[in-house]
Amino acid sequence: MPSVQTIGSRSRRFDAMDKACGRERFASDEYPEGMLWAGALRAGVPHGVIRGMDTARAKAMPGVVAVLTAEDVPGENRQGFIHWDMPVLCGDKVRHAGDAVALVVAETREVLSEALASIILDIESLPVVDGLDAALAPDAPRVHDLETGNILKEATLRKGDACEALTHCAVIVEETFFTPQQAHCFLETENGTARMDEDGTLHMTVSTQAPFRDRFEIGRALGLPPNRLHLTAPYLGGGFGGKDGATVQCLLALAAMHAGGRPVKMWWSREESLLAGYKRHAARMHFRLGAEADGTLTALVCDLDYDTGAYAHLGVEIMALGLEHASGPYRVEHLEANGRCVYTNNPVAGAFRGFGVAQVCFAFEGVMDRLAAKLDMDPLELRAKNALRPGDRNGVGVGMISSTGMKECLAGLRGHPFWQSRDQWVREAPPLTRRGVGIAAVHNGMGYGRGLADSAVAKVRLTEEGRFRVYNSVSDMGQGNSPTFVQMACEILQQDESLMELVQPDTERSHPSGSSSAGRTTYTYGNALIKACEAMRDKLLHRAAMVLMVDDASVLELVPGAVRHAVTGQELPLAALVGMLHPDDRFCIGEAMMPVTQDVPEGGEAFRLGFPHLIFPYAAHLARVEVDELTGNVSVSDYVAFTDGGRVLNPQNFEQQVQGAVAQGLGYALWEDCFAEGGRLLTTDLSNYVIPGAGDLPDIESHAVETEEQSGPFGMKGIGEVGMNGPLPAVASALLRMGLPMTRAPFTPERILAAFDGDNS
Amino acid sequence: MIISFVLDGEARTLEVDGGARAVDILRESCGVTAPKEGCGTGECGACTVLVDGVPRLSCLMLAAQLDGRAVITAQGLASDGPHPVQEALADLGGVQCGYCTPGIAVTAAEFLERHPDPTREEIREALSGNLCRCTGYHKIVDAVEDAAKRLGSGCGRDE
Ligand code: FES
Ligand code: FES
Repeated sequence: MPSVQTIGSRSRRFDAMDKACGRERFASDEYPEGMLWAGALRAGVPHGVIRGMDTARAKAMPGVVAVLTAEDVPGENRQGFIHWDMPVLCGDKVRHAGDAVALVVAETREVLSEALASIILDIESLPVVDGLDAALAPDAPRVHDLETGNILKEATLRKGDACEALTHCAVIVEETFFTPQQAHCFLETENGTARMDEDGTLHMTVSTQAPFRDRFEIGRALGLPPNRLHLTAPYLGGGFGGKDGATVQCLLALAAMHAGGRPVKMWWSREESLLAGYKRHAARMHFRLGAEADGTLTALVCDLDYDTGAYAHLGVEIMALGLEHASGPYRVEHLEANGRCVYTNNPVAGAFRGFGVAQVCFAFEGVMDRLAAKLDMDPLELRAKNALRPGDRNGVGVGMISSTGMKECLAGLRGHPFWQSRDQWVREAPPLTRRGVGIAAVHNGMGYGRGLADSAVAKVRLTEEGRFRVYNSVSDMGQGNSPTFVQMACEILQQDESLMELVQPDTERSHPSGSSSAGRTTYTYGNALIKACEAMRDKLLHRAAMVLMVDDASVLELVPGAVRHAVTGQELPLAALVGMLHPDDRFCIGEAMMPVTQDVPEGGEAFRLGFPHLIFPYAAHLARVEVDELTGNVSVSDYVAFTDGGRVLNPQNFEQQVQGAVAQGLGYALWEDCFAEGGRLLTTDLSNYVIPGAGDLPDIESHAVETEEQSGPFGMKGIGEVGMNGPLPAVASALLRMGLPMTRAPFTPERILAAFDGDNS
Repeated sequence: MIISFVLDGEARTLEVDGGARAVDILRESCGVTAPKEGCGTGECGACTVLVDGVPRLSCLMLAAQLDGRAVITAQGLASDGPHPVQEALADLGGVQCGYCTPGIAVTAAEFLERHPDPTREEIREALSGNLCRCTGYHKIVDAVEDAAKRLGSGCGRDE
């Protein structure tokens, strides 16, 4: 290890060794003394009216501390942080099988499950709205009593006149694409512990992506003042968006309010997580793309329908990103993107890496491939020809004044041996095997977007011992933001990693910062931390100047563990310097806010929050794919990703993000589908909801295209999401070239075999 | 019932319920939280521990089955300093959220004892019972390959 971890160097993550040795404590590892267990009774019925609930037996059981129903919920009994439509406990109606209807607090897990099983629930079933068609039918039963039927939000974005422009195109391609609900399947399921102390403060340790915002969501739902909610968020065992928004929080807080001051733990089983946790929205996307004879894109008209399940969660914002990204990372003069976000009785959909964009990439790249075929053009050249360049306006009219490396990513692929040798590789296919090489070009807006302040406040402290402590305030769900924060602090303060301490988010110790989401985590907090560390450096040099009796701090510099006089070499240890500082003077704070675009496209007013975006990471992916003609099995033999994430701060971390996202994307392409029938989930555990294992995936080659994002910390952009968007279209592109024009993901053997027979439905 | 076993080198005797799962006893009663629970049904491998040197899923074992056995968790694997496979996982980027990592570390450590010079394919097969949702496995495979070298060249753990 280098003594000072510099920005740009490949270095071991600060958190890696503790995790590898099993020493790191996640929220689920907390078992406080005297603890109780809480658990929810789930409706089990996808749509119905609660006629009655008999909790007498449960209440009478020894070891049962509380049995709570909707009547016991103070406050608004509504969760959600933009659209609060989801009850903490349902009182009159249930809208999906995972709805919570009762909450039990018990001495042990055994008593808890017995008590939950003893509650007699009387639900009168209502007709089930099991998908988009059912929800949009004229006489569809209503999931919520909306005047708009089951349409939560409908919006159209316009640039130019796309319908008119289509009529003048030399060539038009048209297709409808479908994507499934995908489960996050973080290995650590939703959990936390909570305790209400004597003065009414509720302390919680939760596996959450948004500890600061949680206070408002819990507070509103339960009628508690947010400043009485104290949350800590240790490292998460994965999140991917599924822990952005209340999972256990409100139930756990309610349980703690009835636990007589004792701590309570709630930990969803894998089955409960699949049933009640958030999912990626299933989508139906109809695309019409028109171009000139030379392949210049002219017009796109598309209709996107997102199934948000039983509650809104972030459905509207997710749809907004789908519309915003519908024309891909390309110049398209005319756009009309129509979106509907629709309620059904399916599991609740919400935030998931690639937030609404992972879906449309399949459709957009799908029509690009069809266009290339129709024009008999090289699919990579068609993409390169239309790729956004700096100074262009994107699909919704936002000027690309931030770093824009789409062309460079494609150029990387063009020169790659796997692309160069593609025809030969296909020709050399073994018997009964079809081969194809597919590509995809994708992007993903960074940050919350316009209308929602994307800010962070960083704090760094010089400890009594002369070490530096960074107070992280945006959760680390595994993506590695917090070790990157240490790396940044090491660089600016010129310290060895061994002199660094890192505190995970704690609403009493760190300062309010946004959620760990939207690819904004390292960017926003990083920018704030740079300011805090620079202020700390300047402060220490000035204080040391007094001690060392020099009148010019510029002759001083920080070195590991000390301030050094550059001329004389005299050193003042930080441990000595700290003694001269008042405790209130030992920390520095910095804050940052992400810039937003002022270009607002027509129709964009429909989205008050989170639209549009200014900064985009880009990626070009390649997949070498084989299909077994007998079994229909699809396997990916090789995978290459070129990613423009701005400057790379730590190549190791960068590759981790890309490889992990690609793996999740290949799962999305090939296996993952939360299969529900009549609103009942059939993929109930990890034996039938299949996520990729080590044997299912190839090595994943990652290359960085380093543009410089002027606004980013050390020039970086967030790449947490963009990698998720490439695999589905890249695999589909390979399949199309094998004569399998797949329009419905995932590409299961059954669907592939049907496609051999010409059936792509 | 009363069970006695050796956990990460330390003798333990405790009273357990006959139906209690091993994973809960280790985590709650013994306070050793390296074995994680990711599914409870034997699909994810996060709860893997070595029982008499053999990788076992502690979510599928009864506490009673630990009686008289020696159990090693990822914490115990690191008791004399990180095991080479733990070093390699950390150095080469095989750790992201880290929730799967303790299970992977013990699985890989035992595998390398039997296969000191594995191919990437063999490593992937050996890890096929350990799900990881963060890394895409590439760097985990790199790490196990590298650990094999560290172990083979004797430059691993100081004994
Ligand atoms: S928790 Fe034991 S295999 Fe998943
Ligand atoms: S590192 Fe997160 S599950 Fe493997």
